[in-house]
Amino acid sequence: MTELLVGTKKGLIVLEGEPGSRFDITARAFPGEPVEYAMRDPRSGRILASVTSPFYGPKLFSTDNPSGDWDQAEGLALPPGGDAALERIWVIVPGEEEGTVYAGGDPGALFESRDGGATFELNRGLWDEPTRPRWQPGAGGLCLHSIATWPGDPDRLAIAISAAGIWLTDDRGETWRSGNEGIVARYLPEDTSGEEVALCVHRLRRAARQPERLFMQFHGGVYRSDDAGRTWNDIAAGLPSDFGFPLAVDPADPDSAYVIPLNADIDRVTPEGRVRVYETRDAGESWTPRGDGLPAEQAYLTVLREAMAGLGEGPALELYFGATSGAVFGSGDAGATWSEVHSHLPPVLSVDAS
Amino acid sequence: MPVVRLRGPLRQLAGDCSEHRIDGGSVGDLLLAIERTHPGAKGWILDERGVLRRHINVFVNGERGGQDTQLAAEDQIDVLPAISGGER
Repeated sequence: MTELLVGTKKGLIVLEGEPGSRFDITARAFPGEPVEYAMRDPRSGRILASVTSPFYGPKLFSTDNPSGDWDQAEGLALPPGGDAALERIWVIVPGEEEGTVYAGGDPGALFESRDGGATFELNRGLWDEPTRPRWQPGAGGLCLHSIATWPGDPDRLAIAISAAGIWLTDDRGETWRSGNEGIVARYLPEDTSGEEVALCVHRLRRAARQPERLFMQFHGGVYRSDDAGRTWNDIAAGLPSDFGFPLAVDPADPDSAYVIPLNADIDRVTPEGRVRVYETRDAGESWTPRGDGLPAEQAYLTVLREAMAGLGEGPALELYFGATSGAVFGSGDAGATWSEVHSHLPPVLSVDAS
Repeated sequence: MPVVRLRGPLRQLAGDCSEHRIDGGSVGDLLLAIERTHPGAKGWILDERGVLRRHINVFVNGERGGQDTQLAAEDQIDVLPAISGGER
């Protein structure tokens, strides 16, 4: 049985079902509240959810039972006395050490928990990064949306911020360096300095079995790095559009990546009225459309950056994604065939599978 | 002593009590006092800058007020989510 935690504009929806079948709703939490992201920590079994109340601000809650009581996490706030407040918690990621959990938020803030998500502390190294005054928020704010841990090495992290590019650490967040060489932003002048960090990364994923390899969906571009995020190569040739948000990988295959192209930044819907996931198995040399079972005509969907998730690996890799239309689609065979897992939900902000 | 009235989740977070009699010179003083007394409410009315959240409204004796509104002994303060908060 697979569980999907679907963050929507109107609460958390928990779906359960067998891969390839239609799923049932088994719980709904935070009714009426935007749930930006939710995930079940595979180590503790606890569900952690970020909720952005339009009234009471961003909060992170955890529970063992989504139909039961939720505990509010402590410490998710910017330093008191400053001129900024935490606007939103975009993503929650288990760390490499037992009990470590990371949360990424707007404005470009990274938080770390050592107790499974009960309490968090702001990462001061990134908060005090000297280039921060030059960081620019994207349309969704200055969102720290991607946190890529390094399997087996808790000291190494890669994170992505829209629109402040890629940041890398080898000392567990004490110091950070940018990793943007090779990225070309069409919204900047061609003679822009190589030191420019106003880079709108949309999603970042690491290849689990070749951790120096990273894949990135950019704001106009799909990139691969083979040197742990120092330099990047454009691999978008063969896609109908190089614009999009979500990105998934098959943990068993470091040459694999999945993206869902959207027309362009001014038209953020699936191209040609067809919903297709594009898969590469040769590290971006070529892309294959995977649309068997997905809407093939008159379908203009928007899929947001956190709204795609994978579970398992290899030929049995399960993939799921949700659209702002309220539909959730799934594949139980690594994208070869798809079906609608559920429909008529509120606009989908995020999907996590466990 | 002024009285602060809370509803919904704010009431629950503040010791499941809807009325709080607190001494203080301004609305902001009273809200900070509530946070100090009930740490579970911290961050729900005021953000980490100490600024009243954008979609929280404060009324003093039925009239719209703000953090800096000065209070008299018998004033009644209502803290309510604003209708504008539900745009999403």
